[in-house]
Amino acid sequence: MDILYKIFVDPFVQMGAAPDLLVQTMWEGLVAGVLYALIALGFVLIFKASGVFNFAQGIMVVFAGLTLVGLHEMGVPAFLAVILTLGVMFLIAVAVERVVLRPLVNQPDIILFMATFGITYLLIGIGELIFGGNPKRMIAKELYLPSGSVEFQTLGGFVQLQKIDIAASVIAAIMIAVLAFFFQKTRIGRALRAVADSHKAALSVGISLNQIWVIVWFTAGIVALVTGIMWGARSDVSFALQIIALKALPVLILGGFTSVPGAIVGGLIIGIGEKLGEFYWGPLVGGGIESWLAYFIALGFLLFRPQGLFGEKIIERI
Amino acid sequence: MFYREAGQFKTSYAADMAVFPIRQDRIGLAVILMIAFVGIPLFGNQFFLSSVMIPFLVFSLAAIGLNILTGYTGLISLGTAAFMGVGAYACYKLTTFFPDVNLIVWILASGFVSALVGVLFGLPSLRIKGFYLAVATLAAQFFLQWSFVRVPWLYNYNTSGAIEVPEHDLFGIPITGPNALPETRYLVLLTIVTVLTWFASNLIHGRIGRAWMAVRDMDIAAELMGIKLLDTKLLAFAVSSFYAGVAGACMVFLWYGSAEPEVFTINQSFLILFMVIIGGLGSLLGSFLGAALIYMLPIALRVLPASLGVPIAAATVEHLQFIIVGALIIFFLIVEPHGLARLWQTGKQKLRMWPFPY
Repeated sequence: MDILYKIFVDPFVQMGAAPDLLVQTMWEGLVAGVLYALIALGFVLIFKASGVFNFAQGIMVVFAGLTLVGLHEMGVPAFLAVILTLGVMFLIAVAVERVVLRPLVNQPDIILFMATFGITYLLIGIGELIFGGNPKRMIAKELYLPSGSVEFQTLGGFVQLQKIDIAASVIAAIMIAVLAFFFQKTRIGRALRAVADSHKAALSVGISLNQIWVIVWFTAGIVALVTGIMWGARSDVSFALQIIALKALPVLILGGFTSVPGAIVGGLIIGIGEKLGEFYWGPLVGGGIESWLAYFIALGFLLFRPQGLFGEKIIERI
Repeated sequence: MFYREAGQFKTSYAADMAVFPIRQDRIGLAVILMIAFVGIPLFGNQFFLSSVMIPFLVFSLAAIGLNILTGYTGLISLGTAAFMGVGAYACYKLTTFFPDVNLIVWILASGFVSALVGVLFGLPSLRIKGFYLAVATLAAQFFLQWSFVRVPWLYNYNTSGAIEVPEHDLFGIPITGPNALPETRYLVLLTIVTVLTWFASNLIHGRIGRAWMAVRDMDIAAELMGIKLLDTKLLAFAVSSFYAGVAGACMVFLWYGSAEPEVFTINQSFLILFMVIIGGLGSLLGSFLGAALIYMLPIALRVLPASLGVPIAAATVEHLQFIIVGALIIFFLIVEPHGLARLWQTGKQKLRMWPFPY
């Protein structure tokens, strides 16, 4: 009975007793969720357009962040460094399309999945070789990102919000809006959606698949750069980020591999759920449950909707 | 010229269905087994045995396990290392409870514990498919890895959090612990791997293996043909985890001698997945080839510059290693997406014709 009480009643009593703490925890979860969602967004873009489960998205985030900081350390002004980093991401996109995707076209999904592992290893090796393996400080101040925190007095307590977190959420929202506009209203966006619907039909109306793939990987590179800046500003830019990027995977299965809104909603659910779980239920089993809780939340959802919350309905034919 | 089956007539259905229908193949296998059982322990030095052959065999076993799941049944798993961990910890617990029982029994028994856990985490595979399942198996990976750290009962409340392997005998000869010779450990491991490979080969060529492959090719069609999906998929998970568990137990008991939870991380899982894919999905031979390539490549890369006298800093070698492994993965996938096993098949076909063009 005691354990049941501790699982089902006590956490909620705690939540009710200190609502400010609850809000604080949820805010932290929200911010983590936004960052997960950004990584997941990169996955979704690529998966939609090329059907590749791009494992390298996590390392692309790290690589973009590292390149930015590394260029700045070499004496390049901050905003010029951003533009140069975008150039590097574009080069990566072209290289991936030329060297990896084009020769492997029409191969089974798992082969392409493995190829992105190869890309991951390559990027880790190149990144460490050029920029070194030590964690670096993100050039947040040079990019005019705010620092410090604001406090609100609500619900009988204080809620502390980091300004960088607020900025991250706003920038993420803007970027998603821009991407949505790009997808819905522009010529290239329509081509992208056509490719996502059917490769063959898109080819037959004269859309160049190779070109689309470069654009998609470049878009994912831009998303990776923004994510890298935001995440780097909160902690450091280091290869440890890559492990955290694995958190984007439960977000993906929760939201569905092919849905942009799914990635965002999934990210928020996972972020908040994980932080609440860790804070209120974690101590019961010794803490540290953050590492796997997200997967179990996602699994729970998945048992009811195998294609994720927003994924396309899976139709199977013989 | 030498590899030609002309003149070998099959007079019975059994001979036609044999795993190795060609005489040269059987002779080749016998020679390889002879070298493995007699030649290597006799002539291999300590480094070669304990740092090359033993890890190679452990990884081959784990790769066979994953190949049964991913290559034959078509269920992608990213949690192999966690199941290896279950095997290792189960074996450790079993030997602390009953230290006098033969160790081989416990290594195999820990495989069954691992199989049980595998079935548990395999349950979602009924509703979830493809990459969704791959991510779902990450739940197993992270949860099990977490429990290796957070459940002190598993490592007997050690302060270090690591498991230490005490000395165990087999017929009076120490096979684990500091006094065990690499030769004995190698031979014990080789025997386990050989027997289990033979067992896997029989499973795959039998009714169960055909059911697995039917499920892999299209599970709905398989279901319509009367294959029970639940049983087949869960059996694949069980057998796969069994192999992973035995591999894990062997890894800790016959190779490392002690282990920390960090051994069973996700990177290890990925490594084994590489082995299976580079080696060849759905091929037992491929599991061995993949394990050899992926495990021995870094060793070769580390030794090569030193032996050639090229002065490179150790850190640079490590980075170059990442780059080379990454490039090789992409290269192999482009050259032969079906893995080294397929290359071997093509090579064999060419060998039959050689030296004539057709």
